[in-house]
Amino acid sequence: MKYIDEFRNENTAISLSKNIASLAKGHDTITIMEVCGSHTMSVYKYGLKKLLPQNIRLLSGPGCPVCVTPVSYIDTAISILHKYTNNGANNNNITIATFGDLMKVPGSYSSLENEKSKGAHVAVVYSTLDALRLAKRHPERCVIFMAIGFETTAPTVAASVIEAEKRGLKNYFLLTSHKIMPPVMKSLLNSRELNINGFLCPAHVSTIIGSKPYEFIARDYNITCVIAGFEPLDILYGIYMLLEQIIKKEPCVNIQYSRVVKPEGNPTALALLDKIFEPYDAEWRGMGVIPESGLKLKSRYERFDALTLMQNKSEIRNLKSEIKGCMCGDILRGVKTPNECKLFRKVCNPEHPVGACMVSSEGTCAAYYKYGE
Amino acid sequence: MVNKYSKITLAHGSGGKLTHELINQIFLPHFKNDVLSQLHDSAILQLNGETLAFTTDSYVVKPLFFPGGDIGKLAISGTVNDLSVVGAKPLCLSVGFIIEEGFDISMLERIVTSMKDTASIAGINIVTGDTKVVDSGSADGLFINTCGIGTIAYKTSLSISNIEPGDKIIINGTIGDHGLAVISERESLDFNPPIESDCAPLNEMIQKLINSGANIKFMRDPTRGGLATTLNEIVNMEKYGILVDEKNIPIKDDVRALCEILGYDPLYIANEGKVVIVASSSDTYKILDILRKDSFGKDAEIIGAIVNEPKGKVYLKTVIGGTRVLDMLVGDQLPRIC
Repeated sequence: MKYIDEFRNENTAISLSKNIASLAKGHDTITIMEVCGSHTMSVYKYGLKKLLPQNIRLLSGPGCPVCVTPVSYIDTAISILHKYTNNGANNNNITIATFGDLMKVPGSYSSLENEKSKGAHVAVVYSTLDALRLAKRHPERCVIFMAIGFETTAPTVAASVIEAEKRGLKNYFLLTSHKIMPPVMKSLLNSRELNINGFLCPAHVSTIIGSKPYEFIARDYNITCVIAGFEPLDILYGIYMLLEQIIKKEPCVNIQYSRVVKPEGNPTALALLDKIFEPYDAEWRGMGVIPESGLKLKSRYERFDALTLMQNKSEIRNLKSEIKGCMCGDILRGVKTPNECKLFRKVCNPEHPVGACMVSSEGTCAAYYKYGE
Repeated sequence: MVNKYSKITLAHGSGGKLTHELINQIFLPHFKNDVLSQLHDSAILQLNGETLAFTTDSYVVKPLFFPGGDIGKLAISGTVNDLSVVGAKPLCLSVGFIIEEGFDISMLERIVTSMKDTASIAGINIVTGDTKVVDSGSADGLFINTCGIGTIAYKTSLSISNIEPGDKIIINGTIGDHGLAVISERESLDFNPPIESDCAPLNEMIQKLINSGANIKFMRDPTRGGLATTLNEIVNMEKYGILVDEKNIPIKDDVRALCEILGYDPLYIANEGKVVIVASSSDTYKILDILRKDSFGKDAEIIGAIVNEPKGKVYLKTVIGGTRVLDMLVGDQLPRIC
């Protein structure tokens, strides 16, 4: 298949792997954090660790949108469902539209999948356009789209707001928990828990934001960043580029994924984000509140906010903010690996996930479990 | 914390881990008997010196018509294949219809015609049946159940316990076609030309293999849960492992492309016209030769081998030369595809 097979070529992979080994030879352990969950998945899916020398350590970061979604977010969605399906006057008129990955994410007392099996209207959609279509087809229902994701996904959600306005849809709502990447990377660096030599920066997020928002990392923290694609050769070449800069001790931001990512990003998408959303201090699973790290609807678009369906916040049943024993937070911060979690494999597995990192197809725990790490 | 399920979710019907949990925790303990415990695709029964195979399957595919097939063709092929993979020659089928009030009779007739056509390709008759109609809203158009009986004349019974290290694993063609044909139709993804389901009765092809006398150890049709799940079922007894070479697994370009776009892994996508064959390595080419001469086996390939270690696991040698574990399907990639 064109444009795919070229980036999965065995001979090129082997020669890159040899070059990486000869660069790394004689150095102490070099730790690289792959920020994005798709990188983590690719590393495991293609067995890349077997192609890297012992002294290169890959650490998974917080770049999985499902994993960082806080327990309170799921609780809020379920509270809205309960209010309108169990005892509300507008009996049974809520449809939750969500990407499939969120279905199994446990809140503190239930999950969307669980609610669906009890009869709630929860629809899996592939895009915001599907959610808009649902809203149009069912004017009698309030369709709430679970708006999660990083800078990659947020522009399509912003576009859906504009589209809903254009089509005059009054029954389309968002429950937002969008996150942005550079502030969480800054927070990880400030926490000083991490001892890393370089960041493999996310491919698709960078398609939107470009390379400039990472420059402070090289400038203020002396850490090299390389924006790499998700194909196995992209990742190997990204690691090679990182090593070159780390060894030369010349921290900078480089783009390996130059066939897609431009330094200035995608101006149209950025303008769309700016029009609909504004930054706020957002809660991340296991990491608490990080300044200016989330996107919420601007006041002009407040009527699309699903929270307006709840008369007061006390109706949101949120039992606890974290699940006992679950190490998702430490894992997302790169401080622990899934094998160090007492629940991993024993109580927590993909059929019965305790934390979000086990649910998401991009989650570190799911990757460790699925690929037998 | 949502830890154990108190209600059935769609994933319980996926053919993956939760289906196995349901079988092992609910069905097996209550129905427990020696025949069922074998967990073959068909029950193997001894009757007056004859060995019989008996099986059943229900079909709830949505939509009812898709490129390459429909629920009727599926209902015949699926049950015929479940009989064939245990080495049986299918004799006859029963069919039960559960029809929703308001269903179009002309559509029912189209489906019945398709069942007749598939049955005549397979060389079998539908000898008994049942019809139930439920209120509008109680079923999604039409559900079909079929049962089948076949006779086994194969000298040694096909069983996982026959398998030993060194045996080879063969598949009769490309994987993922059925699941993606259904999902593209359901989601109106207009691929041109459309991806066609591989749905087909494989009994004649399998019969040719059996008649050849080739040393076949075990066969299974990789339906729900896909190839990855079937391979994991084979290593379940933990006496040996499997090493699969990703490069040798046949996948059509359009199927690969759609999987890339939608984020599906073709190794977990359902097939309805495929059989995984474990055979002695000395007979591999003989089998491959027979398969490739058959229209349902022209893309057959050797995809891997039974290995001594690590026991109970399936390993995949990836396209770029790395290796990784290939696990059973967890959750449900695509509900209601058969």
